[in-house]
Amino acid sequence: MDLIVSDLTVARGGVPVLEGVSFVLTSGAALVLRGPNGAGKTTLLRTVAGLQPPMVGTVSGAEDRIAYAAHADGIKQVLTVAENLSLWADVFGQSDVEPALAAFNLGDLRDRAAGSLSAGQKRRLGLARLMVTGRPVWVLDEPTVSLDVASVALFADAVRAHLAAGGSALMATHIDLGLEAEVLDVTPHKAVLSTAIEDFDEAFL
Amino acid sequence: MIALLVRDLRLAVRAGGGFGLGLAFFLIVVVLVPFGVGPESGLLSKIAPGVLWIGALLACLLSLDRIFALDWEDGSLDLLATAPVPLEGIVSMKALAHWLTTGLPLVLAAPALGVLLSLPQQGYVWLVASLAMGTPALSVIGTFGAALTVGIKRGGLLLSLLVLPLYVPTLIFGAEVARRGAEGFEVMTPLLMLGGITFGTLALLPFASAAVLRINLR
Amino acid sequence: MSIWQYANPKKFMDTTGPLLPWIGGASLLCIVTGLVWGFFFTPDDYRQGSTVKIIYLHVPSALMAINAWFMMLVASLIWLIRRHHVSALAAKAAAPVGATMTVIALLTGAIWGQPMWGTWWAWDPRLTSFLVLFLFYLGYMALWAAIENDDTAADLTSILCLVGSVFAVLSRYAVNFWNQGLHQGASLSLDKEENVADVFYYPLLVSIAGFVLLFIFLVFLGTHTEIRARRMRALLARERMV
Repeated sequence: MDLIVSDLTVARGGVPVLEGVSFVLTSGAALVLRGPNGAGKTTLLRTVAGLQPPMVGTVSGAEDRIAYAAHADGIKQVLTVAENLSLWADVFGQSDVEPALAAFNLGDLRDRAAGSLSAGQKRRLGLARLMVTGRPVWVLDEPTVSLDVASVALFADAVRAHLAAGGSALMATHIDLGLEAEVLDVTPHKAVLSTAIEDFDEAFL
Repeated sequence: MIALLVRDLRLAVRAGGGFGLGLAFFLIVVVLVPFGVGPESGLLSKIAPGVLWIGALLACLLSLDRIFALDWEDGSLDLLATAPVPLEGIVSMKALAHWLTTGLPLVLAAPALGVLLSLPQQGYVWLVASLAMGTPALSVIGTFGAALTVGIKRGGLLLSLLVLPLYVPTLIFGAEVARRGAEGFEVMTPLLMLGGITFGTLALLPFASAAVLRINLR
Repeated sequence: MSIWQYANPKKFMDTTGPLLPWIGGASLLCIVTGLVWGFFFTPDDYRQGSTVKIIYLHVPSALMAINAWFMMLVASLIWLIRRHHVSALAAKAAAPVGATMTVIALLTGAIWGQPMWGTWWAWDPRLTSFLVLFLFYLGYMALWAAIENDDTAADLTSILCLVGSVFAVLSRYAVNFWNQGLHQGASLSLDKEENVADVFYYPLLVSIAGFVLLFIFLVFLGTHTEIRARRMRALLARERMV
């Protein structure tokens, strides 16, 4: 099943930021979003993940198939690394956290409290969470923030393995991960004042 | 969903504060009352049921903003919203965790504090019964308030302002059961009303809380 | 042509704008007529003396205090179901009016209660319910004020209004159960037996009509202000986009 986004207009705080965004993400493929800060990449990703409703357009094939990772990793400081991961595994109905720990080189840290990790280690834990969800579509917002070169390579390997296993990934990133990925620049989709919005029945103008 | 409950309980125990704080607050309120109204045991035993109920209610209120605030800050709430668990279930589990860490200890501690306020002998059973029946409603209503104010920085005061009026019926019936029990009157009517409020809120309010949370996550 | 066309902000402004002075004027006329008639041209009550005349302020404000919340409930439902911004803004505009009516009802009640019951305040069920209603208004307005995003605020306050309504009714019964009270029975009801006498009744009706018109006037005025504020924010947002 493909993730199909058609003619999407997304809004931040009631103001449209991107419009007419369409793409298809097939299994095994990755799509990288690019665009300057504030262009609306995060808003687009949140809409695709179902956290906010689109203003116009549809997202199909996303229901219960998306694993979302954003700037905040949802890590509980007082729980250990393994506890953090197994919580998410339980929530998503999975049980095995070992492959995820291994893939992100967290094996030695498994019994450390997450609060004592460095920023990059926390980020790795946040990304390892994707693997225990068992979800096919990864939606990633700036996944490589605070990762060092070696960790970026680990992450790229994890994404490659995920794609090879038939998964797909949609990510906003500025770093070239060395992946076979399509690139979608969102800059041309910046919302302009369209007549459609002005004629809107509820418009205040 | 059980995993979430276990996590919340574990967090409450490990973070230290969450578990004991409400209880300590309850104790302090009850200790302060005799300083305020005088040590005369006749007066204290008359107001004991009401004071204990108000103390428990305030102790409950104290910890409400922790229900969602931490999960909101660290992004867990976003991740939970995309999880295969319905948000209604998540808020119910949150309310249950809040009751287990705050309400239940209050229920268990209330008789000991009743001694301090010279609660009459026959009042203990009904005090515990009324708190056991009423505190779940306090947690569920509080979860609704916490969901409403989750996106607001320093929303603690607003949370109290929103939740306290909603607590009025629970407090009235709960304290009425405890008072009538202490004075040896028939308690069945207010107890049934209290039960009605608790089960009604348990059944319906999680839907409102989940709806409100979805709006706040947008 | 359906009634929903007036939910368009522009249409709403255009339609209600010219009506505003008329509604305001009619409201003033009714209130002045009702009060003058009631204060100077009705006899004193044989038990309550001239204190009874505060009824011409007390009863209309108390009625509007409850009806304002009811109107907010309906407007909230319309917003949640049909997403008409005007509805949400009207609910927002009605809240301070309702809260003020509640305060007027409580104050006039206290002034009436002092000579009648010998106390400014008693924990009578009706008085207590009004105090609780006032707290609900406060919470509702505070929530509106606390949230920046307009649509989020409208959604959250609407749900609070729905949940609050249920709890307000529950509180009413709980308070009744808690204390039987000394407030007199309803001044106005369909049951003729317990009604006030006709001679008090007609000026009271005029006064009530005045308060209803005043409420409509203030809500329209408030909604206009809110719509203008939204329009201004929309303009600012448009400038940011260009």
